[in-house]
Amino acid sequence: MPGFDFSNYNRNAALHAQGVPLPKATSTGTTIVGCIFEGGVVIAADTRATSGPIVADKNCEKLHYISPNIWCAGAGTAADTEFTTALISSQLELHSLSTGRKPRVVTCMTLLKQHLFRYQGHIGAYLVVAGADSTGVHLFTVHAHGSTDKLPYVTMGSGSLAAMSVFETQWKAKMTQDEAVKLCSEAILAGIFNDLGSGSNVDVAVITPDKTTLKRNYIKPNERTQKLKSYKFARGTTAVLNEKIIRKEDLGNFVSVQEIHVAEPGDKMEVDV
Amino acid sequence: MAMFSQNPLMNGPNYSFNEGPKVNAPEGARQHRFDPYTDNGGSTLAISGADFTIMAGDTRLTSGYSINSRYHPKVFKIGGTTADQHDATLCLSVVGFAADGEALKERLDAICKMYQYRHGKPMSVKACAQRLSTILYQKRFFPYYVYAILGGLDEEGKGAVYSYDPVGSYEREQCRAGGAAASLIMPFLDNQVNFKNQHVPGSGEGHALQERERKPLTRSEVEILVKDVFDGAVERHIEVGDGLQMMVITKNGIEEIFLPLKED
Repeated sequence: MPGFDFSNYNRNAALHAQGVPLPKATSTGTTIVGCIFEGGVVIAADTRATSGPIVADKNCEKLHYISPNIWCAGAGTAADTEFTTALISSQLELHSLSTGRKPRVVTCMTLLKQHLFRYQGHIGAYLVVAGADSTGVHLFTVHAHGSTDKLPYVTMGSGSLAAMSVFETQWKAKMTQDEAVKLCSEAILAGIFNDLGSGSNVDVAVITPDKTTLKRNYIKPNERTQKLKSYKFARGTTAVLNEKIIRKEDLGNFVSVQEIHVAEPGDKMEVDV
Repeated sequence: MAMFSQNPLMNGPNYSFNEGPKVNAPEGARQHRFDPYTDNGGSTLAISGADFTIMAGDTRLTSGYSINSRYHPKVFKIGGTTADQHDATLCLSVVGFAADGEALKERLDAICKMYQYRHGKPMSVKACAQRLSTILYQKRFFPYYVYAILGGLDEEGKGAVYSYDPVGSYEREQCRAGGAAASLIMPFLDNQVNFKNQHVPGSGEGHALQERERKPLTRSEVEILVKDVFDGAVERHIEVGDGLQMMVITKNGIEEIFLPLKED
């Protein structure tokens, strides 16, 4: 059966009625931005993921691959942005295989909004979609409820106001690639330093009709401060209350052991390129 | 998240005045609500030594996902005879609701001053600690939403730290962390200050293993520990950062130290 598994719905509804709280999802309480320039489009993101007030991941990736010429920046529930972009990326690949054409950004945006609208906002994905195709360079935002915008510069996430204040003071039409990259990274920095949901590093992706360049950790303004002291414990500091040694020969008494061929060192795992 | 950023946070601090839901209310009736408290984040820490006490706190003031100030002190000198508190002997740290913290600090300071004028000597930490508990409990049903820590030197000149809950339950301790990152800091302090879960290597088998002997840390050890603790808290808690304010209380007076922390 395709789609989501609802088999725990009734049990969870009953538990919730008894006061059991909902599990807390990791949110990428985020700053993401996008900006069109002469001959391409730039998107950028911070790298902090949070769970409530706790930093869950200090260097996560919020720029998602859709197709070689389309990338997506995601804010909202981390799992939703991850799975939604992966799903649409897959559909778009099949679509492009069956049509024999490169995917278009509008197609990607339409698939995303139709998917998100179907789930009435329960899929908490807030996305900035950017890409270059046969019809030109495009930049969109897609909200979790399914609404979309097409604009020359966009911001989303909890740091969207901080980032937009940079765009509204410094944006101009017909920028060069370097100007756009600088503007986008400054917008992200505004989010990193002024929004508690955003932090750590700046990731940037530049998309032009002929190539995409992903600049992972383009700016690292928040390197970890060095500890003033070593907190290494002397060996034997932790109490061992119980010790039991099971030799390899006796493993068969506990689990079923099956000898398998060990791959030669240097043998590469088979992966899609 | 864009939805949240343009609306008041649903899970965080909200507007002070709220119109509550109208379920089960009689026709035309409106239930109104007043939420006088907000959580302004941040963290505090106090460690006592053999002849000193160090109190520390970060200087970030937050509300929801916003930073209201990057320099808002949480640690105050208490009971000095002048405005600059140069002759103060006690320190109070407050974390939680900033406005209540300010009000509590002002009140305790005034009380300590009155005591000084009446008795011609500064209040002892022990006396001040008991008085602070009374102040907090007087507001049992409209509490100061504050986690307070009082620090100073006791009658023998040893470092003293008293920690409080918002309604006045208190206890003298070796060390205490308060506020947003307290749950991150306190277990580390148990291990590094009171040597909890540390044993003497090779001193026995299993339960017979000797626990590492407790000895008070030196001033420089504590200063280093405090900086490392806050650098750690900044990494993992979004409401902690910007600056670290430290007060070192010795028999020669109170020394104030300020160090920068990460600002993201």
